[in-house]
Amino acid sequence: MSDLATSVAPPLPAAADKIKFYGIWLAVIVALLVLPRVFTSGGSLTTFSLIGISIIFALSYNILLGQTGMLSFGHAVYYGLGGFLAIHAINIVVRNKLAIPLPLIPLIGGVTGLLFAALLGWVSTRRSGTAFAMISLGLAELVASSALILRTFFGGEAGVSANRTKVYRLFDWSFGPQTQIYYLVAAWTLLAIVAMYALTRTPLGRMCNAVRDNPERVQFVGYDPHIIRYLAFCFSGFFAGIAGALAAINFEIANSAYLGAVQSGTVLFATYIGGIGFFIGPIVGAIFVTILSLGLSDLTPVWQLYFGLIFIAVVMYAPGGLTGLLMMHRPLIRAGTLTRVLPSYAVAFVPTLAMITGLMLAIETVVHFTVNPGDDSHIKSFGIPFDAASPYIWTIAALLIVGGFVLARKSWTRVAHAWDEALGSAREKGFAA
Amino acid sequence: MSPAIELRGVEKTFGITSVIRNVDLKVAQGERHALIGPNGAGKSTLFNLISGYMKPSVGQILLRDEVISNLPPYQINRRGLSRSFQVTNVFANMTVWENIRCAVLWATGQRYAFWKNIDKLPEVRERTAQILQDISLTNRRDVPAGLLTYAEQRALEIGITIAGGADVILLDEPTAGMSHAETERAVALIRRLTEGRTLLIVEHDMSVVFGLADRISVLVYGQIIASGTPEEIRGNPKVKEAYLGEEAA
Repeated sequence: MSDLATSVAPPLPAAADKIKFYGIWLAVIVALLVLPRVFTSGGSLTTFSLIGISIIFALSYNILLGQTGMLSFGHAVYYGLGGFLAIHAINIVVRNKLAIPLPLIPLIGGVTGLLFAALLGWVSTRRSGTAFAMISLGLAELVASSALILRTFFGGEAGVSANRTKVYRLFDWSFGPQTQIYYLVAAWTLLAIVAMYALTRTPLGRMCNAVRDNPERVQFVGYDPHIIRYLAFCFSGFFAGIAGALAAINFEIANSAYLGAVQSGTVLFATYIGGIGFFIGPIVGAIFVTILSLGLSDLTPVWQLYFGLIFIAVVMYAPGGLTGLLMMHRPLIRAGTLTRVLPSYAVAFVPTLAMITGLMLAIETVVHFTVNPGDDSHIKSFGIPFDAASPYIWTIAALLIVGGFVLARKSWTRVAHAWDEALGSAREKGFAA
Repeated sequence: MSPAIELRGVEKTFGITSVIRNVDLKVAQGERHALIGPNGAGKSTLFNLISGYMKPSVGQILLRDEVISNLPPYQINRRGLSRSFQVTNVFANMTVWENIRCAVLWATGQRYAFWKNIDKLPEVRERTAQILQDISLTNRRDVPAGLLTYAEQRALEIGITIAGGADVILLDEPTAGMSHAETERAVALIRRLTEGRTLLIVEHDMSVVFGLADRISVLVYGQIIASGTPEEIRGNPKVKEAYLGEEAA
């Protein structure tokens, strides 16, 4: 390397950085190995497996949305087809006693996703923006409805099931117990994360970002944005197929819900809430959304409504997602000015929480009278019993919402001031742009 | 020697409006050629036609004797013609370094590679560093392009344009909106970076045009009314009437 590149180019990672970088991956591996020993119940192992699947799916979606700037409303197509092919593959392997072990089945799902993305993506990736979004939606509807029509392949409403324990065994792993499924999912999740991270560090990965920022200019530096979008789409389909296959292995069934609009919406949701601007954003989002959907559905019948509200709040007030919110604080931490904003957060927390509580109380009450008006008005939401017919509850809800909002608004202004000050001094110290 | 760029009877119509009318133009290799003309004369449209951003309605455009008028922009770029934009057109969310690097990738043969680590490509690093130094933005290396000052963005725009090593460069009003001092620096930069290459430049600032150009063509209402050396253009009565006279008045 010449002197020029050494002095001008960004420095290559030093030994300390490399140790830190590989240290993080090592820590993740250790954490994945230790998790099932700490949380031994079948329920938590299932949750972890679902989170892993959701992480792969969300990261594959972010290759489109965050990396290449393509908004897809039909990503579940590749997830679902991967799942169906995995189930069929398991059945074929079992029937013919083929020497293919279960851990390789997700690869079949991945290749399925890749092939269908390669087939369906060529036309839709000609354009990004609205045209791409509409075509993705149309294709999703097409595939989802054919799932109910082509019964021999998709199994109609019931779907297709398989018995994963009958597959050729390697090292005597039956994959009956959830622990073994957990390790299978964990290994594939790790592999997929590493592969997708590596993809962002390649010439193609960087050109994906260029296409996202300015597809017009890309054409004038020698690249065809269509090819870049197409390749990104194929990679995205591949990893979505792996996620779908893992889901099919986990549940031992694939049905039309895998391909549906709800599935496509959920992945958009998880990815966006996590933060599309960061590689780890979708990971954060997948963990958050999976845990929340499993947890909330036990606490309230209208958990999807809360999901929608969270999504709207993120889109409006935190377009960088949860990861964006956390990353905003990095310059403050480095400059040591974080302590200046924390008190204002604490002050803002109380009225904001009051407002949200009031809102939830009002929602639960209204839901009770719209959904089950004839039932007993003594209901229980989020584990707290109260009387939905009581005027006190209505008054408390109104007071919490109005009072909370008035106070919260003032406290938010204070947060903004404290924030500006802290960032200003961080800037003076040279820790922020 | 064949001309670097040749336009043969090029016309461009939008509906019934004809924007470029029967333009013939030759730019010799290694020449610095300025395209001037009043606002709305069709200078930017002509650039869009040559760079493949639009297709001519009639006529042919040749790059070193090869017809390029039916090729998409990226094909033309790969054949060694690169353009800048009048309105800054960079990758706003990416750093200055990444902007330049994107423009270097195709020329260094990386194509759509997804199996190489981009930080481990010495040739890419080398060339990116060279361009970065050429446009004097080394101290702004890690700043997102969207946060640069206007003059810096214009310099980056030129950097992206030349980074691929194209030997035919089209610059669309590179000094527009710049102060005097900034313009002088930009002209010096352009002169240095286009050394030994063919340059076609659209420019409103007459001091820039007459200081930089070997030849000048004057475009008025979509037609080239004169083409020649700066002295010939200065002395041309038609030009004076249509353009320079108007300026002087």
